[in-house]
Amino acid sequence: MAVRYRKERLDRGIKARCEDMFALSSYREMLYLSLPRVLPVALLLTLPLLKGVVGLYWEKVLVITCAIALLALSWDLMASVGLVCLGQALFFGSGAYLTGFLNHSFNLPYFLTIPCGTVGGALFCTFLLLPVLRLRGVYFAIVTLTLPLLLTRFIEASKILGGNEGLSSLSPLPNIWFECYVAVLAVLICLFGFRRLINEDYGLVLQGIRDNDLAVMSGAINIYRFKAQAVFIAGLAGAFAGAFMTHYYQFVGMPAFALDYSILPLTSAVLGGAGTFAGPAVGAFILVPLSEALRAFGTLRVVFYSAILIVCVVGLPEGIFHYIQRKYHQFERLVEVR
Amino acid sequence: MEDQIILKVEAVSKSFGGLLAVDKVSFHVEKGELLGIIGPNGSGKTTLVNLITGFVRPDSGKVFFRGSDITGKKPYSVAALGVARTFQMVKPFYQLPAFKNLIIPLYSPRVKKLRGGKYGERDDVAIDLLEEVGFERDSFVPYKVASSLPHGYLKRLELARCLALRSELLILDELFSGMSMSEVASTLPIIERLNGEGLTIIMVEHRLRELFRVADRVLALNFGSKIADGSAHEVMESEAVKAAYLGSEAES
Repeated sequence: MAVRYRKERLDRGIKARCEDMFALSSYREMLYLSLPRVLPVALLLTLPLLKGVVGLYWEKVLVITCAIALLALSWDLMASVGLVCLGQALFFGSGAYLTGFLNHSFNLPYFLTIPCGTVGGALFCTFLLLPVLRLRGVYFAIVTLTLPLLLTRFIEASKILGGNEGLSSLSPLPNIWFECYVAVLAVLICLFGFRRLINEDYGLVLQGIRDNDLAVMSGAINIYRFKAQAVFIAGLAGAFAGAFMTHYYQFVGMPAFALDYSILPLTSAVLGGAGTFAGPAVGAFILVPLSEALRAFGTLRVVFYSAILIVCVVGLPEGIFHYIQRKYHQFERLVEVR
Repeated sequence: MEDQIILKVEAVSKSFGGLLAVDKVSFHVEKGELLGIIGPNGSGKTTLVNLITGFVRPDSGKVFFRGSDITGKKPYSVAALGVARTFQMVKPFYQLPAFKNLIIPLYSPRVKKLRGGKYGERDDVAIDLLEEVGFERDSFVPYKVASSLPHGYLKRLELARCLALRSELLILDELFSGMSMSEVASTLPIIERLNGEGLTIIMVEHRLRELFRVADRVLALNFGSKIADGSAHEVMESEAVKAAYLGSEAES
C-alpha cells in the first residue's frame, strides 16, 4: 500500500513561550512579539520621507491609499457587529460635503472644518441609518448601497451644495508633509484603536451581536444602541477620510458619493482578510497602488486589475493577513498516515 | 397579598397565521415560588415564554411584572427589569471561551449598576458564576471555547448567563432537554438551591419526574389553552392532563 501523508499544523514554540512571562526572557522573543506591530508602523511613517526617491506622484497615491484604508477599517468595524455595509461612500460623501460646505460658505479654516466634518458626517450617517439598524445581512447591505445614490440624485435635483458642479476652490492643506503624515497617522490610530476596542469587553458585546443577537438581547443589552454606537465610530473613520480628501482635492462634488468608495473598501477587506482590521488595511495598501501601477496598460487596466483580484481571492480565500498570520505563528509538516 | 405576586399574565393570546399558539392564558407567580409548565409538543409553552420575555408580542392580553405592565416591551428592557430566560436551543457565543460568554450580560447596564466592576474583575465574576453551575473551577473547562463544550455544559452555560443578570425571575425553557441522566441529577440541586435562596423560577419541562419533585405548583397547557393549574399531585390526577398526554378514551 502506498504511504499517505497528511498535513499537520502546529504552533511554533516561540508562540507558546510568548504567551506568558517567558516572552521577556530574550530579545528574540521580544522581537517576535513586537515585530508585527513595529514593522508596519515604521514602514508607514517612513513612506512619506521617500518623496525624493519615488516622486510626488506616489506620495499622492499614498494619501489616497490611506483614505481607502480608513474606509476599509470602517467597513470591518461594521462587519464585526454583523452589519455588512455596501455604502462606505455614504460616510465618505457626508464628511466630504459637510467639510466643503463649512469651508465654502463660512470660510472656516481646515483645522476646524475637518473635525466638524468628521463628527457631523458621522452623526448624520448614524441618524440616517438608525431606522434600518434592525435589518440584517443582505437587507442592510442593499439599503446602504442605495443611500449614497439617493443623496447624489437629491443634490443634483435640488441644486443645493453646488448641485452638479460641486464646490470648488476650497482652501488647501498647508503642505505635502502635513497631508502625508495626517493621513498615515489617522490610519494607524484607527487600526490600533479598533483592534483595542474589539478586544475590550465592549468589543465582546459587539461580536456577540454579530454571532447571536437574541442571546445578547436576553442579556439585558440594548443591541440597537450598541449597533448605533458602532456605526458612529465606523462613521468617524469614514467621514474623516471624506473630510480630509475634500481639502486635499480642494473640491467636493458628486464623485464623493461614487461607487468606488463603497467597492474598494469592500474588496480591500475581502482581499486582506475581514475581521482583523489589519487585513483590510493591508488589502487597501495592495489594491490602490496596484491599480495606479496598472495605469500603463491604458484601457486594459481594469482587465488586469480584475484578473489579479480574482486570482488572489481564489488562491487565498481566507485573506492575505490570515495567511501571513498563520505562517508567522504556526509551521506545517507532513505526517505519515498509518 | 398583591405585592407577593411577581408575575401576572392576563388572558394573553398569540396566533401565527391561522394557528392559535397561545389562547387566553392567565396565571400568576408568587415571589419565591417554583412554577412548572408542562404540556405536549406544540402546546404553546415556548411561545408563552417568548410572550413574557418580549421576544414575541401578544395579540391581546397583558403581562405584569412586579405590578408594572411589560406587555410588548423589547426583550432587553424586560431582561433589564429582572426577568432572565434560557433558550431551549442553546445560544452560546460559540467562538468565545465559556467564561467570556458571561461578559456580555455582565456588561449590561443592569448588572453594572448592581455590581459595579471594572475590566478584569468581570472575568473573575464570570468564573465564579460558572463554578456555581458546576463548571470545575480549577480545570480548563471554563476557559475552553464554547463550540468544544459538550451539550450538557452548554445548557448550564445558559443557566449561568441568566444568573449573571441577578434576575428576580428566572425562566428555564426546557433546561433538561438533551441532558444525560447524570447531568440532570447534578443540575437539579443547583435549581433547588437557587429557589431556596429566594429566586422565583418558572420551569418549562418535558421531564415530568424531575419537575414534579421540585415544583411548588404546576401549570398544564394543551393546544395553547390552560387545562390544569395546581399542585403536582392535583395536575397529575387531572383528567384533562391525562387525556392530553395519553389521548382520551373516546379517541382510542
